[in-house]
Amino acid sequence: MTDTAKQGTTVKQEIDARGSACPGPLMELIRGIKAAGVGDAVAVLSSDPGSNKDIPDWVDKIGFELVSNEDLGGYHRFVVRKTR
Amino acid sequence: MKDKLNIIVMNGTVDKLLAMATIVSGAVAMGKDVTLFVTFWGLMAFRKGAWQDPAQQKLPAEYQEYAPMMQQAMQNMGVNPWMQTLRTAKELGNVKIYSCSMTQDLFGMKMGDLEDVVDGEKGVAGFIAESQDAEVLVF
Repeated sequence: MTDTAKQGTTVKQEIDARGSACPGPLMELIRGIKAAGVGDAVAVLSSDPGSNKDIPDWVDKIGFELVSNEDLGGYHRFVVRKTR
Repeated sequence: MKDKLNIIVMNGTVDKLLAMATIVSGAVAMGKDVTLFVTFWGLMAFRKGAWQDPAQQKLPAEYQEYAPMMQQAMQNMGVNPWMQTLRTAKELGNVKIYSCSMTQDLFGMKMGDLEDVVDGEKGVAGFIAESQDAEVLVF
């Protein structure tokens, strides 16, 4: 699935981890990012409230870029770019 | 923060195993290498298929009354079984799992009796040697 998110970022892969609890969505994101190329962005949908802290914390620690974090009502959509 | 987290998995109750598997996942996410040393009741829970068998899933006696409620809540929330969470962590990071050789002898367990997520067996001295530059947790 490819779409154009904010700031003109092309999302290479969209992972639907809704309905999965901690640490599921983060681990699915990591799996997706591992498979992605440098410069690619991966989106993950999560209905787990913990993701709203965990995913930005992880991105911060790893040093990737959190392109966007949208509250879509009942779930969030995070777009993360693999910067290195 | 050290980049190695070593955990002694002593307990075989699902509450602690679930917390342990979740912490392993977080450690892997944050780039740590993780080594588990699985001993006593913990090792019982690593016997093939034990994590899927309701009769072998135990809670501490003092929390037994909460079991049905917890099970329902976890199902509603989409919490994965602890073994599945641990496998995912192992797939995505550097996680090594060793059974305690003494416990294996004590319970008459062979490597083949254990889930294939277990990499091998170790004695306590080997585990301690490997923990020199690691943070160590007991679960």
